[in-house]
Amino acid sequence: MAGPIDITGAMITTATPAGDWLAIVPIALPIIAGASLLMLRKRLHWQAPIAVATLALVSLATMALFVRVWTSGTVVMTMGRWLPPFGISFTVDVLGALFACTASLVALACGVAAVQSIERPARRYGYFPFLLLTSVGVNGAFLTGDIFNMYVWFEVFLISSFGLLVVGSTRAQLDGTLKYGVLNLIGTTLFLIATGYLYGVLGTLNMADIVRKVPQLDGAPLMTLAALYLTAFAMKAAAFPVQAWLPAAYHTPNVVTSAFFGGVLTKVGVYALLRVLVLLFPMQLAGLSGVMAWIAAVTMVLGALGALAQSDIRRMVGFLVISGVGVMLSGLAIGTGPALAGGIFYALHSMVALTAFYLLAGFIADRAGSASLHVLGGLSSVPLLTGVAFILMLCIAGLPPGSGLWPKIMVVRAALEAQHGWLTAAILVSSLLTIITLGRFFLLTVWRPAVADAVLAEGKRSSWPGPMLALTAVALLMGLYPEPFVQAASRAADGLLDPAAYVQAVFGGQN
Amino acid sequence: MEAVFSLLVGLFFAAGIYLMLSKAIVRILLGIVVFGNAVNLLIFAAGRIMREVPPVMAPDMMQLTGQTANPLPQALILTAIVISFSFFAFLLVLTFRTYQEVGTDDTVKLRVAEPEGEVLPPMGY
Repeated sequence: MAGPIDITGAMITTATPAGDWLAIVPIALPIIAGASLLMLRKRLHWQAPIAVATLALVSLATMALFVRVWTSGTVVMTMGRWLPPFGISFTVDVLGALFACTASLVALACGVAAVQSIERPARRYGYFPFLLLTSVGVNGAFLTGDIFNMYVWFEVFLISSFGLLVVGSTRAQLDGTLKYGVLNLIGTTLFLIATGYLYGVLGTLNMADIVRKVPQLDGAPLMTLAALYLTAFAMKAAAFPVQAWLPAAYHTPNVVTSAFFGGVLTKVGVYALLRVLVLLFPMQLAGLSGVMAWIAAVTMVLGALGALAQSDIRRMVGFLVISGVGVMLSGLAIGTGPALAGGIFYALHSMVALTAFYLLAGFIADRAGSASLHVLGGLSSVPLLTGVAFILMLCIAGLPPGSGLWPKIMVVRAALEAQHGWLTAAILVSSLLTIITLGRFFLLTVWRPAVADAVLAEGKRSSWPGPMLALTAVALLMGLYPEPFVQAASRAADGLLDPAAYVQAVFGGQN
Repeated sequence: MEAVFSLLVGLFFAAGIYLMLSKAIVRILLGIVVFGNAVNLLIFAAGRIMREVPPVMAPDMMQLTGQTANPLPQALILTAIVISFSFFAFLLVLTFRTYQEVGTDDTVKLRVAEPEGEVLPPMGY
């Protein structure tokens, strides 16, 4: 045998800088904690503190990661020392860090809210490990730079979300989870099909490598790939016409689960659409923009109409989630920098505001013993909930000073600049419908005198409104001082439109 | 070889989708299994099929010479098989529990979470 083999052509020989390890912390930490909690499943009083502490640490880690990405550019950590594209590179740019940071904060708020609202049986069946592992999958999808790895993270959060959805096993939950499970499984299978084709055509799965190779290919069936990815991720994002699973399932579980799902899970689909279509297939996205605009317009108008037709407030919020996804997708359909920035900002706003709104719906329903608009009323005697309801109504409807205003302005302005007349009209019509929906919600629950005094008098033990208040405060902050969020979203959009820095960060000097 | 394989994959997809269009959940689940296997075969074919030469190097060689089998699709498929198998197991249990609780596996009758004939919200107060 010859002497020592020269491995510099295949392996990374230098150590990963200490700061770049942050890329893996938001995934490794909750995996370890989640697995430990599974082992400690008999010690119920340990579950909540460990889970909340882990989620708090993950939030800190994602914030530190965001600061690092913001100041010193895309962070890359390649696994197993194999040089990219062979090793799996976790590639964190501003977009990924921004989404991971917001999602982790929302997960923390939900974790804290779960401490009081999750009963002992659900804890025994592993509510907190499921929460941690769902958060692992979500963070993994945001931070990875490898498309097959992204598929694996999708499955991780999907299967843990089944656990969260079904724990408690009421009839409605079983029904909802079955539909959610089957349809989402088909969605991720489509994702896998697209990835199989992608590998067959390009011979690589590393996103930065795909960015380099796509323009060199002539006549490859890239449009098929882009369309398959669009279908798969639209399913995850609950866009029309593949949104049926969301209103079938999201109102059935414990309200904290609904809050977490409604806030975070659809945005993973939106993130994946941004990542794959804008970064990897920009030419194909331009070809698909007409279809995208239709999808976006119908999604937001149908979502708002669906919300208008619901008398159960939790189902109403589910349709509002769908309507919001339409606004994000219209950013994608227009495709210019400001439009994408608007869509990204809207996704951040939607994560925070809709999670808070689900929690609020839980408080209101707990208090009145019903979630039906026919029964609710008399909330004006509780100033705290009334205030939160008012602020969130403004945020979600996109009225000043709520957080939904600025991203909607950005998207509408970009749509007008790009001559998308009817898309603009659709955004405004859906906003009007949302205002009517939420205005009626406010009118009936707050101003109308209480209908069911007897139920009110009994009341359930009230849980701590801290997480809901914190999220509402963040949403209000986004509305009152949007400048940093606009800047962050703009830089995230620029990073997608000009991937040179992304590719450079992964491959460095090598070609 | 790949051409024959793609015909087979197409057949699997057709069978899977046909089963998934059924109203009975058990058939839908079987459809999902066939569909998942179609994807596995698809990835296998996408990695180009070559079975004679294993990707093994002699000790004194620095890189592979000539055409060898591609080991990566197998790793991808293995991951996908594990995932789809666990999903199938979970969904099977879930279907059985739903059948126990609700008493039907007909998707048309499965309307617990979204009951039929729900009233519209009040028009005023």
